[in-house]
Amino acid sequence: MSAAQERLPRLLALVPYLIARPGIPIAEAAADFGVTPKQLRRDLELLWMCGLPGYGPGDLIDLSFDGDTVTVTFDAGMNRPLRLTGAEATALLVALRALADTPGMVDSDAVRRAVAKIESAAGQAQPATVAVGLGVREGERTAKVREIVQSALLDGRAATITYYTASKDEITERTIDPMRLLLVDGRSYLEAWCRRAEGMRMFRLDRIDEITVLEEAAAPPPYARPTDVSDGLFRRSPDQLVATLVLEPDAAWVSEYYPVDDLEELDSGRLRVRMRYADEPWMVRLLLGLGGEVTVEQPADLAESVRTRAEQALARASHLAAT
Amino acid sequence: MSVARAERLVNLVLCLLSTRQYLTAERVRGIVPGYADAPTDEAFFRMFERDKTELRELGIPLEVGRNSAFDAIDGYRIARRDYELGEIDLEPDEAAAVALAVRLWDSPELTGAAQGALLKLRAAGVDVDHGAPSVVEPKVRTTERTFTPLLAAVQAGQAVTFEYRRPGMPTDQLRSRTLEPWGVVSWRGRWYVVGHDRDRDAPRCFRLSRIVGDVSTVGKPGVVTRPDNVDLLQFVAHSGGAEPSPASTARLWLARGRAAGLRRRATVLGERTVDGVAGEEVEIELYHPDTAAGWIAGYGPDVVVLEPDVLRKAVADRLLSLTSKGNLR
Repeated sequence: MSAAQERLPRLLALVPYLIARPGIPIAEAAADFGVTPKQLRRDLELLWMCGLPGYGPGDLIDLSFDGDTVTVTFDAGMNRPLRLTGAEATALLVALRALADTPGMVDSDAVRRAVAKIESAAGQAQPATVAVGLGVREGERTAKVREIVQSALLDGRAATITYYTASKDEITERTIDPMRLLLVDGRSYLEAWCRRAEGMRMFRLDRIDEITVLEEAAAPPPYARPTDVSDGLFRRSPDQLVATLVLEPDAAWVSEYYPVDDLEELDSGRLRVRMRYADEPWMVRLLLGLGGEVTVEQPADLAESVRTRAEQALARASHLAAT
Repeated sequence: MSVARAERLVNLVLCLLSTRQYLTAERVRGIVPGYADAPTDEAFFRMFERDKTELRELGIPLEVGRNSAFDAIDGYRIARRDYELGEIDLEPDEAAAVALAVRLWDSPELTGAAQGALLKLRAAGVDVDHGAPSVVEPKVRTTERTFTPLLAAVQAGQAVTFEYRRPGMPTDQLRSRTLEPWGVVSWRGRWYVVGHDRDRDAPRCFRLSRIVGDVSTVGKPGVVTRPDNVDLLQFVAHSGGAEPSPASTARLWLARGRAAGLRRRATVLGERTVDGVAGEEVEIELYHPDTAAGWIAGYGPDVVVLEPDVLRKAVADRLLSLTSKGNLR
């Protein structure tokens, strides 16, 4: 909606809003409506000219200004907001229901109460045309970690964690300054300033093996900023490596799960993709796990590493079988 | 929107809310300030039509009717009970949930609608704090190209047709599908459309990212009826397939200091040297036996499966296919 199209809904909501809050500072009302105080004053001036047929002094909407505050003294019959449209009710209720079914995001009980109240106020409930399930699967261990993370965030405390970094297949101890919990594509992350890496990091909750909240306050440097995850968590960077892979049909999911570009369809359902990766050992692990479902075309040394590791693994297994 | 038009529309709403009688267009023209400016009848009717459309698009329930059988033409009014949002009072924790819900969307269609709902709740006297820092920031994105046309079709009750690529099938083996859509569903960050598949004569769900090309509507709006007892989310969640299988226990050998990803989930049983390499024998619970073989094979010579036999063989098969085939072609 353009700024102009947003004006009428705002004008219709403004009078009931002010009735509910006599003497509200104009700046505060402007913030709630997402406009500047100047724009809000213009809206009020316009409403002042509107009213009931007759349009005499007693028929027009009347406002009294006191300093920077405003109070409605005559509402011309516009004392309730317009009911929610189907699209508005859907957008809000679908989001609330998704939160209710997601562990730890909010108090599920409060969400359910809010849903019930909004449904009853909105009336004529229609079956939702949109449904959202965030689908968070959280084991017992992760639930405990999350509770501790939440308390650290609420109390503003630093913490030490034992963290498994999948890309490097290593477990490290770090001291972090927690900043926020995030849920991206069904997984929970803690975004924090990592004192060891001296940078912002996303820690997947199910990879935090241990967490201890410290006495000291969380103190991320003032320039630490939350990461913009609106385009997902994968980030392109010039020092990433690139492999050319051919995926058999059963491994087609790889192209949807990992950041790939230059998709090319081959015969019998195979795909050729270029995939970016940061760590070779991680890539070798992925490829070994995929077995014959993926062929590495480029680079040659990656293909060689995969083959060597596979041969060594088989040799070791047969050695064990022989003893 | 000009000041004059905004003022006229607010006055029109107030006028139609205050009347119990249906007011004809001519009466409205005589009463509501602003319409008198229309130089001709034609200009007035154009103006009035445009204003009615605007009000309807905002969801204002304009009633059309006649006061008596003697009236020659229709008039208009707004029934207050249909216009007004019902009483609502949210506790602080409920309002906090609403604030978070509004922020769930990262979508041109849904963010605007949720903001619109929030505006009205605030106007109803509910205090929803927008300044408080949120400790959670979940977002549901609607970046799928076909999201908007499919949602529009669902809302219009209109059938759609599209080309669909089955997982692992090349794009030259597309199937054309005709679907009576019931709803769009986001499950674990992925969008699906659920409905009655006319080709199979059965309910089906389709993943939006596998729709190739455009979605076209078929037939008239309003023909699709959704069965009452359908839970869209349950339908998608259970189409995914099997229930989680029970955990199984495996015994592995891990090279010392290696395979951290397995080690953190395992219990060490004792030390053991294999092929001259020091390591430990461990026990591990596997919750996804189908993917466990790939996970374990990924560690190459750092892991050897001791039991069960079926897992040992599955891992060996994967590794074998990497050697016998030869990866360099």
